[in-house]
Formats: sequence, C-alpha cells, structure tokens
Amino acid sequence: MHLPKYKLEKRLPPPLWFQILTPVIAVVISLLISSIFLLAIKQDPLQAYLYMFRGAVGSKFAFLEMLVKATPLILTGVAVALAFTAKFWNIGAEGQLYAGAFAATWVGIMNLPLPAPLYILVVVLAGFAGGAIWALVPGYLKARYKVDDVVTTLLMNYIMIYIVGGILSGPWRNPKTMYPASVEIAQNADFPKLIAHSRVHFGLVLAVLAVIALYFIVRRTRLGFEIRATGTNAGAARFLGINTLKTIIYVAMISGGIAGIAGAGEVAGVQYHLIQSISPGYGYDGIVIAMLGRLNPAGVLLSAIYFAMIITGAQVMSRSLNVPPYIASVIQGVTLLVMLAMLLSFEYRIRRER
Amino acid sequence: MSDFLTVTFWVGFLAATIRLATPLILATLGETFAERSGVLNLGIEGTMMFGALAAFLTTYFTHSLWLGVLAAVVSGMVFGLLMAFLAVTLGLSQHVSGLGITILATGLAYYLYRAVIGSPTVPPHVDSFNTLPIPLLSKIPVVGPIFFDHFALTYIAFLLVPVAGYVIYRTTYGLSLRSVGENPEVADSVGISVHKIRYSALIIAGALMGLAGSFFTLAEFNLFLFDIVGGRGWVSIALVIFANWIPVRVLWGALLFGGVDAIGLRLQGTSIGIPFQIYLILPYLLTIIMLILIARNASYPSAMLKPYRRE
Repeated sequence: MHLPKYKLEKRLPPPLWFQILTPVIAVVISLLISSIFLLAIKQDPLQAYLYMFRGAVGSKFAFLEMLVKATPLILTGVAVALAFTAKFWNIGAEGQLYAGAFAATWVGIMNLPLPAPLYILVVVLAGFAGGAIWALVPGYLKARYKVDDVVTTLLMNYIMIYIVGGILSGPWRNPKTMYPASVEIAQNADFPKLIAHSRVHFGLVLAVLAVIALYFIVRRTRLGFEIRATGTNAGAARFLGINTLKTIIYVAMISGGIAGIAGAGEVAGVQYHLIQSISPGYGYDGIVIAMLGRLNPAGVLLSAIYFAMIITGAQVMSRSLNVPPYIASVIQGVTLLVMLAMLLSFEYRIRRER
Repeated sequence: MSDFLTVTFWVGFLAATIRLATPLILATLGETFAERSGVLNLGIEGTMMFGALAAFLTTYFTHSLWLGVLAAVVSGMVFGLLMAFLAVTLGLSQHVSGLGITILATGLAYYLYRAVIGSPTVPPHVDSFNTLPIPLLSKIPVVGPIFFDHFALTYIAFLLVPVAGYVIYRTTYGLSLRSVGENPEVADSVGISVHKIRYSALIIAGALMGLAGSFFTLAEFNLFLFDIVGGRGWVSIALVIFANWIPVRVLWGALLFGGVDAIGLRLQGTSIGIPFQIYLILPYLLTIIMLILIARNASYPSAMLKPYRRE
C-alpha cells in the first residue's frame, strides 16, 4: 500500500485576512479544548461559556468591571509584547508591576503638597520608574554578562513580591487596622474616574496610550527599527552597526516601566493603598495576551479585552455554577499553546508529496 | 541565638539541607536531560506543580503514597510528551511552549484542586511519608541523623545522581542524547533519530519533574498549597547552568540551595523584628548572583533552542 506523504513547505507571508482570522480560530479551538475540562467535572460547557459571557459583558455594570480588569492586562500585554519583539524574554512583568505599585504607593503616601493633576503625574512617573529599574537589572545582566533573562526576570518576581510583603508586614503596616496594607495614598494622587458610578479609571487612558506608544515606538522610530532588528537577528543587527546591548537595556526599561504603570494604576485607580494581592498574576497574563495578539499593538488591545472577559466572566460564573474560577487560567494556557501552534501556519503550509 | 553553636542545631540544619535539596536534585536532573537533548523545558514549574497535585489527590483518595508518587511521575511524563509534541514535532518556540505548559499545568492543578476538594476552611491532609532510617547507619551519632534518617524520595534523588551521570556519559543512549543536543545534523547522518531521542529525553525530564512535585505534597508537607512549588522550578533552570549540564555538579548546586532554604527556615523561627520575607528572598537572590558569576563560562548544548527539521 502506498501512503501519501505530507511535508511542511515554507510559504510567503500570508494575506491579511488570514492573519486576522488566525487568532479568532485559535480562540474557538481553545474554548473547544477547554470544554473537556468542564465536561470532566460534569458541567455543561455551553452553559458555562454563556454564564461567562454574560458575566463579562451581559450588563453595563459587568462591562465596566471588565474594563477595570482590562486596564492592567493591556499594560502588561504591551510590556511583554515590546520585550518579546526584541527577543528580551521578559517574564518579569509581574515583579515589575509590583515594583511600580510599590514606588507609586511610596510617593502617594508622602502627602506631597501638589494639585491633583501634578500629583497623578508624579504617581505615574514613579510607577514607570519602579518597573523600569526592576527590569533594568535583568536587562543589564543580559546585555553585560549574558545572564539568562528568563531566569532572572522570573526570580525577580519572587523577590519583589516578598519585598512588598516584608514592607507591608513591617514599616508600612497600617497602624490603625494593623492589617498588612499601607495607609491610603493622598486624595490628590487618586486617579480620576472616567465614568461616574463605576470603577473605570484614568489607568485605561494610560493603557490605550501605551498601545499607541507600542505602535509608534516599534514602527515609527529608529529605536523601533533597532528593536526589530535585534529581535529578528541579533548578529545581523550588530553588523548593521546597531548597539544591541543598548537596545536590550532600553527595551527592558520601557517594558518594565509600562508594567510598572499597571501597578501604579491598581494602587491609585482601584485599591487606593498597597496590598499584598495587588496583582493576581496580571504580569503572567501579559505573556499570553502578547502572544495571542501576535506582539501587534491592536492585537494586544483586543486580546487583553478578550482575557479580561474570560477572567471576569469566570469569576462571575463560578458564583452561579459549580466551576472553579481557575478555568480562566486553563483557558489561557490552552489558548497560548493553540495560538503558538497556529502561528506555524504563517510560515509553513502542508503539502501532499507525490 | 546561642543555640547556633550547639551540635543539635547543626545536625538539624544539615539534615534539613539534604531534605530541602531533594526536589531541586530531581527537577534539575530532569531539566538536564531535556537540555542535553537540545530542548529548554520551561514547563518545569508547572509540571512540578501538577505533579504535586496529582500525588496529593491520588494519595488522598487511595491512601497509597506510592500510587501518589506514580501518579505524579505519569502526569509529568504526559506534560513532557506535550512539550515534545510542541517543541520537537511542531518545532515551536521552546520559550513560549514551555511557559504555555507551565501556565496550563498550574491552572489545571488549581482548577482540579478546587473542583475536587472545594475550599474548606481547613485544607485536607494525607498521612505523608515517614522518614526511613537506615538500620545501623542511622544510629551513628551526628552522622546518622544527618545522612541516614531521610524520606525514601530523598535517598532516591541522591541515588539518581550517579545513575543520570552513568546514563549520560556511559551508555549508547547518553551518547545519542549528547550528540543530538550538540549537533543534530551529524547525529541524524549516522542514523540517530533526533526526534525520538528528544521525545524520550523530555519524557524522562517530565517524569523527574513530576517526582520532584510529589515530594512537596507527600513528604515535605502533607497537603496541597497553591504556592507549594514557589519558583523552585525556575531555580532548577538556573542550577542546570550552575552545574554546567553535569549531573554530579547538580548535587552541589542543589545542596547549596537546600542549605540556603534551611537557613531561611531556621532564622524565620529565631528572628525578632525583621520581616521573615527577608529570608525567603535569599535563595532567589543567591541564584541571580550565582548566574552572574558563571554566565560567561556556561557551555550551553549547541543545539539548544533550535528545532530540528530535515531539509
């Protein structure tokens, strides 16, 4: 018997409609695969997804809460997308977010004699600086000593989370409640609300600005060219006279800074004080968001909103159905792997060999 | 603080070092196999997490510790297989495949724990492993309690070090493994199946990572906690570099970190006024410092991160 053989063949860049359709198909396949885990605990996947959808966008309140969730996710997604474009494996957005939250709280509780707009600017800059400094360490170590960036960025997440924990249980412990949380930041430092009677705050504006900045930096600047060149082929980039070490350090700082703003937003826009659980893993979510968005600004925005829907939807659903909210993480993991596999179809197509 | 100088303190400290090194040895040996074949497996943290859960749930329902260990090993092999499919067959980015597996496996572990156990106020326990004192040897003063009164999994981990060394350096399989990781084209040309070797290496790696996970829930603790692995998978990735991909050196690295962990545990109990988090930072900080010191001399397997496709 003669079996037909199949072979992977390189192909030209796929048409635009194909590039747009791919993430959509990836999302559908991921939801199908994830329904296995819902069936495994004897739940009806269709019902569960319907509840999730309603929980995320079924009412005005739900929709606005979803936007609150989307705010840090857009920022960490942008942070990771920028870093990955330069092949700087920044898995440390979580720690950089905490560093930003830490720095923002620090200036926030100083009660500086500043009018609101100025104080808010100071808080945002502090958040950026905190994240940037925390990312500078692995960026510098990679550029200067060739220290593996995956490991350092990951380990620094744990260090920063413990630092925040230590500060909150020690010097910053709330003296009135004795609860491990900082006191509230100055009112002039609070991010304004965008929509009355909701929690949607100024951070969303910053998030959208970050998306635009990602587009602008990567596509329209000299640095962006250097970032893309470094990411595609570092050797060739150096040959072109690009200082790839400097590029990596810039990328690390901007990426970390944007993640830091996510932290500042959670403090000044949502919690108004620093708590240990300021992020339930937004930094790690950023990796999935950046990949599903194919490191592309508009893609990152859309996939951040999609995962905000999944996360808020899963939380609401878990209250009505007997499904743990962690189904959101399962869907994320599956989506990341499916999307990754589908990207293969950009480069190759399957041809039947004769 | 005067008890720093007592024999009891040092015996306790050294025994704890060996105990805490156990999961690091197992996971790092696993990662060594994966990387020797040319595949970085960042699924390590999640594979350990799922192994910890699989071990816990299996033992919780069957009351058999060894069935729990087996479940952890098998679950690790399944994730190793998945990693192989993504990184070897499909040739996808090893970084992203591995992170995806960690996100998926961690999410699944949390999801299954909540689905099966729920969220009771007191988390359920299992009757975890007792130490297995070795007859006669464990009776030797000082030396006995330090070296010969440990969990079975600890003895297994230490025995696996020379076994891994033997397999990698003294067997045909090990030769194939190393050549596939260094120069897959040449290996292929002499008839070694690059894909088969990488698949097997990732399955072995997964088994060891799962086994490492079972140590947390069945020996070190007797319950499942959401932060039970706590980045030890990532520390293991660093330890592979520290060990320069040589099994025997894995032992020294793991003991060093077991020691730092043990110091943290001891000091947490004795300190007054200093937040205990300071001690928890130590192992991570030390890992980064160590990486800075050795990064330039690290000799990564040449084919690492590169998928192999026959043209």
